[in-house]
Amino acid sequence: MGKTIVEKILSAHTDTDNFRIGDIIKARVDFAFANDITAPIALKYFKESGARQVFDKKRIGLIPDHFAPNKDIKSAEQCKLLKEFAQEYGIENYFEIGKMGVEHALLPEKGLVLPGDVVVGADSHTDTSGALGALAIGVGSTDWAAVMALGEVWLKVPHTIKFIYSGKLNKWVSGKDLILYTISRIGVDGANYKVMEFSGEVIKGLSMDNRFTICNMAIEAGAKTGIIEPDEITLEYLKGRAKRPFQIYHSDPDAHYEKIVEIDVSKIEPQVAFPHLPENAKPISKVKEIKIDQSIIGSCTNGRIEDLRIAAEILKGQQVHSKVRLIIIPATQDIYLQAIREGLVDIFITAGGAVSTPTCGPCLGGYMGILAKGEKAISTTNRNFVGRMGHPESEVYLASPALAAASAILGRIASPEEVK
Amino acid sequence: MIIKGKVWKFKDNIDTDIIIPARYLNTSDPKELALHCMEDYDSQFVNKLNQGDMIVAGRNFGCGSSREHAPIALKAAGVSCIIARSFARIFFRNAINIGLSIFECEEIADQCSEGDFLKVDTARGTIENINKNKVYQLNPLPAFIQNIISLGGLREYVKEEVKRRESDV
Repeated sequence: MGKTIVEKILSAHTDTDNFRIGDIIKARVDFAFANDITAPIALKYFKESGARQVFDKKRIGLIPDHFAPNKDIKSAEQCKLLKEFAQEYGIENYFEIGKMGVEHALLPEKGLVLPGDVVVGADSHTDTSGALGALAIGVGSTDWAAVMALGEVWLKVPHTIKFIYSGKLNKWVSGKDLILYTISRIGVDGANYKVMEFSGEVIKGLSMDNRFTICNMAIEAGAKTGIIEPDEITLEYLKGRAKRPFQIYHSDPDAHYEKIVEIDVSKIEPQVAFPHLPENAKPISKVKEIKIDQSIIGSCTNGRIEDLRIAAEILKGQQVHSKVRLIIIPATQDIYLQAIREGLVDIFITAGGAVSTPTCGPCLGGYMGILAKGEKAISTTNRNFVGRMGHPESEVYLASPALAAASAILGRIASPEEVK
Repeated sequence: MIIKGKVWKFKDNIDTDIIIPARYLNTSDPKELALHCMEDYDSQFVNKLNQGDMIVAGRNFGCGSSREHAPIALKAAGVSCIIARSFARIFFRNAINIGLSIFECEEIADQCSEGDFLKVDTARGTIENINKNKVYQLNPLPAFIQNIISLGGLREYVKEEVKRRESDV
């Protein structure tokens, strides 16, 4: 029988022969990274492990991004731990704030995570890099400390669910809408412990930015990761970026899948996921009047250049509603600079939006856009749990950059079609 | 191992933002994290909880973020173990790694009440509901994971492995 792309990547990274689904194997790790929230615990455990050095100084990333630029004294202390550890152990990929970005946008952009890799990140949205055809898995701090010391990770060989997208995309429907729709079909634990392989003619036609958005939210269905087979679009993206050689894998036509889900995208409208679970997506035409206090465009899900271009297309010549705070956060410094060069930042500020340096900030209720009691936000981020963006009695509605921009103008959750 | 305790019941899809809101993640001090455990769900939860109490939950407990602060906060708050229909995978790994006992059991979430006393017997693989006089089977853990637990957690496993590799050189 044939193999899936994930089974091929695992075969290339383990000494275990003929493993089966459900077996626990040890896999060699190509790149490992952590942030200012997850690294502090891991760095302590690493030091206690007795290891004298990390498994590979070139293959570890330390990225202060969650509460960086430092939001308070405690956050500053945490970020300082990363910097000191990077100096002490010669970690090459430490990103100070002038070079930084939200980790899952930054690492692909810098060519540090590549097709065919096993990537282990101490952050649940590590799955984002699956869009490059890597097996990218999120873990906690102790697991990550073990990877730094040993260069390997224990994994249960997962089942794969294949999603095949076909049909013609409707206007304003993006990768974000496809993944919100998919999660609403299978539920927030619909892929628990499993891989979501995204495929079909629609995926083949999507840009890398849209593909990153889709893989980013596989965790929101409980998945071990999301993955997309590399193709010409992937290779084009990697040109001039890839920092080392890489291997392309594809799923065999006779590979075994636990389930195949076919989705006709021509029936999908722009989606809005209602509080308090990402599975609560509704098509925009079914959304009644919901007034908003804030609109966030950014994050590891939707803070890339195409996301900003779409927002700018809608905001150009418009004004943000007088009762709305629009906050736009480019995901990396390079994206920020590109947005300035393309005139996008000019459009945002002229429209009455605020533009911030890269940070995860508001996505997880850290800072840079916290909600008060009773406030509502539309956001291009990935989670709308209770209290996620601030007060436990605030609400987050997840949507694409197009909807977030249109809603900022109209003061209520709206489609760009309604913007005059 | 025998664990006995009083039950606090939780619904499906308890996420890590509920277990420990991200606004408190500017520290990894267990005592400080414990003060805010489940705060957005029930602001008095930590005060009501007695050392050794258990959580019984529905599906997908611990979904969301990879923050190890979630099982750390629960353990430091005094929770002796969590029994759920299912766990989100990163939470599952984190709990095992930090030595918070977790068990999967499908029926018990529906059949026990808040305040019931349970007795978990890991050697036998059973949970007994003392109030309702019923016994349930636990889903057994894979041998590799049992080995990590018996070593005292993943950190001990890593220490052993680092020593072994150094002596090989």
